[in-house]
Amino acid sequence: MTDWIAILSTPLDVAAAVEFVRDPAAGGIDVFLGTTRAERSPEGRELLALDYAAYEEMAVQQMHKLAAEARARWPVTKLAILHRVGRVEIAQPSVVIAVSTPHRAQAFECCRYLIDELKKSVTIWKKEVWADGSATWVHPHSA
Amino acid sequence: MTITIRFFALLRDRAGVDQMTLSVSKGATVSDATKMIADQCPSLRELLNRIAFALNREYVEADAVLHEGDELALIPPVSGGAR
Repeated sequence: MTDWIAILSTPLDVAAAVEFVRDPAAGGIDVFLGTTRAERSPEGRELLALDYAAYEEMAVQQMHKLAAEARARWPVTKLAILHRVGRVEIAQPSVVIAVSTPHRAQAFECCRYLIDELKKSVTIWKKEVWADGSATWVHPHSA
Repeated sequence: MTITIRFFALLRDRAGVDQMTLSVSKGATVSDATKMIADQCPSLRELLNRIAFALNREYVEADAVLHEGDELALIPPVSGGAR
């Protein structure tokens, strides 16, 4: 098994993802973390956390498909795509992508491709949880 | 025939359930099912024209034809973040 793809309700273990893709055939590892950014709404509310929900069966299938597409484009040695569901506090990671390839340029390109494509189509949604107790789903108007 | 409808995110909150079953006639399309859902769940109506559809975990267009036992998911715009 050369890909580690999972949706998890527990904190993401970045070191474990890096360890997973470390390989004698690889000359570079690129890691992307998406983290919860502190925000203040126009009304002055402070963001406490993001709460992620997924259509898990479909999202996992989509992530495997993305991994296969990445492998068709770059000589990936190993890759890991881990995404949280549930509450992710400020500065904590909601997504971890780790890619190892023989040369570093491939790892950078492949990692960027994976996060960009994941954001476009994978069935995961986030809700902003505010300090005043309110919560709002984030639904871009693209679809 | 009977299909399962799955709701997520804002749609789930509005519907108050995460799934429901729907009886549709043979040859019915995703679009036909969506109209039935709008009639049964008026609180969803305004959201239903800006969502995507997945049939058995694959994105489809509104003219896709339904079959017995299908799982139709109503997919609100995903979390995105262009930057």
